[in-house]
Amino acid sequence: MTAHPVQNEASARPAAAPGPDISEARRRRHPGRWVAALVVAVLLAQLVNMLVTNENFGWSVVAQWLTAESIMRGLGVTLLLTVIAMVIGIVLGVLLAVCRISGNPLLRSVAGGYIWFFRGTPTLVQLIFFYNLSALLPTISFGIPFGPEFITLNTNSIITPMLAAILGLGLNEGAYMAEIVRGGLLSVDSGQREAGAAIGMTNARIMRRIVLPQAMRFIVPPTGNQVISMVKATALVSVIALSDLLYTAQAIYNRTFETIPMLIVACIWYLIVTSILYVAQSFIERHYNRGSRHQTTGFLDFLKIRPRASLPAVMEGPTG
Amino acid sequence: MTITATRPVLEARNVRKSFGHVEVLKGIDLEVRTGETVVVLGPSGSGKSTFLRCINLLESVDGGRILVDGNDVGYEVVDERLHELHPNEVARRRRDIGMVFQQFNLFPHMTVLENIIEGPVGVRGEKKQVAIERAKRLLEQVGLAHREDSYPRQLSGGQQQRVAIARALAMEPKLMLFDEPTSALDPELVGEVLKTMEELANEGLTMVVVTHEISFAREAADRVVFMDGGVIVEQGTPDQVIDNPQHERTRAFLARFL
Ligand SMILES: Nc1ncnc2c1ncn2[C@@H]1O[C@H](COP(=O)(O)OP(=O)(O)OP(=O)(O)O)[C@@H](O)[C@H]1O
Ligand SMILES: [Mg+2]
Repeated sequence: MTAHPVQNEASARPAAAPGPDISEARRRRHPGRWVAALVVAVLLAQLVNMLVTNENFGWSVVAQWLTAESIMRGLGVTLLLTVIAMVIGIVLGVLLAVCRISGNPLLRSVAGGYIWFFRGTPTLVQLIFFYNLSALLPTISFGIPFGPEFITLNTNSIITPMLAAILGLGLNEGAYMAEIVRGGLLSVDSGQREAGAAIGMTNARIMRRIVLPQAMRFIVPPTGNQVISMVKATALVSVIALSDLLYTAQAIYNRTFETIPMLIVACIWYLIVTSILYVAQSFIERHYNRGSRHQTTGFLDFLKIRPRASLPAVMEGPTG
Repeated sequence: MTITATRPVLEARNVRKSFGHVEVLKGIDLEVRTGETVVVLGPSGSGKSTFLRCINLLESVDGGRILVDGNDVGYEVVDERLHELHPNEVARRRRDIGMVFQQFNLFPHMTVLENIIEGPVGVRGEKKQVAIERAKRLLEQVGLAHREDSYPRQLSGGQQQRVAIARALAMEPKLMLFDEPTSALDPELVGEVLKTMEELANEGLTMVVVTHEISFAREAADRVVFMDGGVIVEQGTPDQVIDNPQHERTRAFLARFL
């Protein structure tokens, strides 16, 4: 029997390798970054100078109107419209996407036709179209197709600017959401459906329990972008005289001729709303990435200029 | 032996299947009795996976007939004719057929335990507590006790495949299908999965196993079936087919493993 030298080895520290060590390596310098920073600083200074010294911005007018009641009401309409149009868009999008990948060729082509039409025509035109629906259909009736009608309504009385806006933005959004949802559904490996089927799950259950939860990771980030786009797209409704944020601002500067300050008021609110949404989106994204190895960077990391040391090099963008 | 012990769990008669113009299965006849372990061997592209997938109707069948425990999986007989069933009824009948895939196909967004009880609780409407108890027993059986809270990606391939086996067993299937369960595994992980499967075979589970593991066929199979070009070329006990093959094609195939 020989004595095991294990204990000695465990307590002995490995001898330091001779020669230079990576931990003492000289970091690479980035002179290009300093030059770029200088250029940006000069440009920024000029911008700030202009913002402060140019009277035409009318900052006092901006401050005066920023939280005015009419502007708040306009902002409310913009937010309400965004929410309703997105809800319609998402529900419609899921339905259309499921139709698009269903085994029923009729459903597939109907959904395809819908998406083709709504993505192929400008949103602005669709809005005006819905606003003027009464010119096409003077009355809208509910009843048996080609049979007796139970209720007949005057189109002009029910298509308010709000309804036209909801229809125009929501139906249009449905087409875009359909493509996003479809992409998400197709990104889930077919083996997942088969595994679900093999334990006796119905198609509906496979969709709900297996496919959709996994597709969410691919659906949520672009949906967040769609919500942010929708906030801005609602500005289109000012052409059909719906008093959203932009229309309210316009109505005010048409009276006071303070065009630039009022547009700045509108822009500030759009920026506030979209910034909040951006933060929310990054939180939701992180939630759906839970359990996956790929972690998206949070909002604060995005703001930081230096990449996090803990991130593997492949996750950093190209560096200059 | 009792009568029920020899009743066929699987009866495939003249099963035919084409993809486009290519006939992949050209009339497969196979009977598997309760408690039997049948290993299917055959070269790549011979139609082994397709046949397995036809049994639980992941792939539609073009001709012939497949009965599992006396029932057509996708049809019912009315006036001597087969009538296609509603997909939900097909799903109900699939509960009795477990399947283990080459790529495991565990649900990555669920823990090991959730993977296993999804079928019993979600599909069969079992009490959660009962299902959890059984899931834990099954995990112990496949050598993964106390891993129920792990997510699939935290497990090795061999462990994932054993969870997939437990998930299939949780439905208490009458027939288990294995499609190359060890082909996606690193060589050192193959043994643990084969060992689990051998134990199941010894316990009397009825299994059809497609594999390239000749040693497993020799150890665990009651019968070995050799398929080539969409037909069953020969079948018999492992001794007959592996050690004393009658057909040239079987000999040529087996020669590669020597
Ligand atoms: N969905 C499909 N569409 C078209 N052809 C297919 C499809 N699935 C399988 N095939 C073809 O059917 C034939 C048999 O395939 P199958 O997967 O059943 O073979 P296999 O015996 O399992 O082979 P392997 O050992 O490589 O898994 C192959 O030629 C394959 O290309
Ligand atoms: Mg195969």
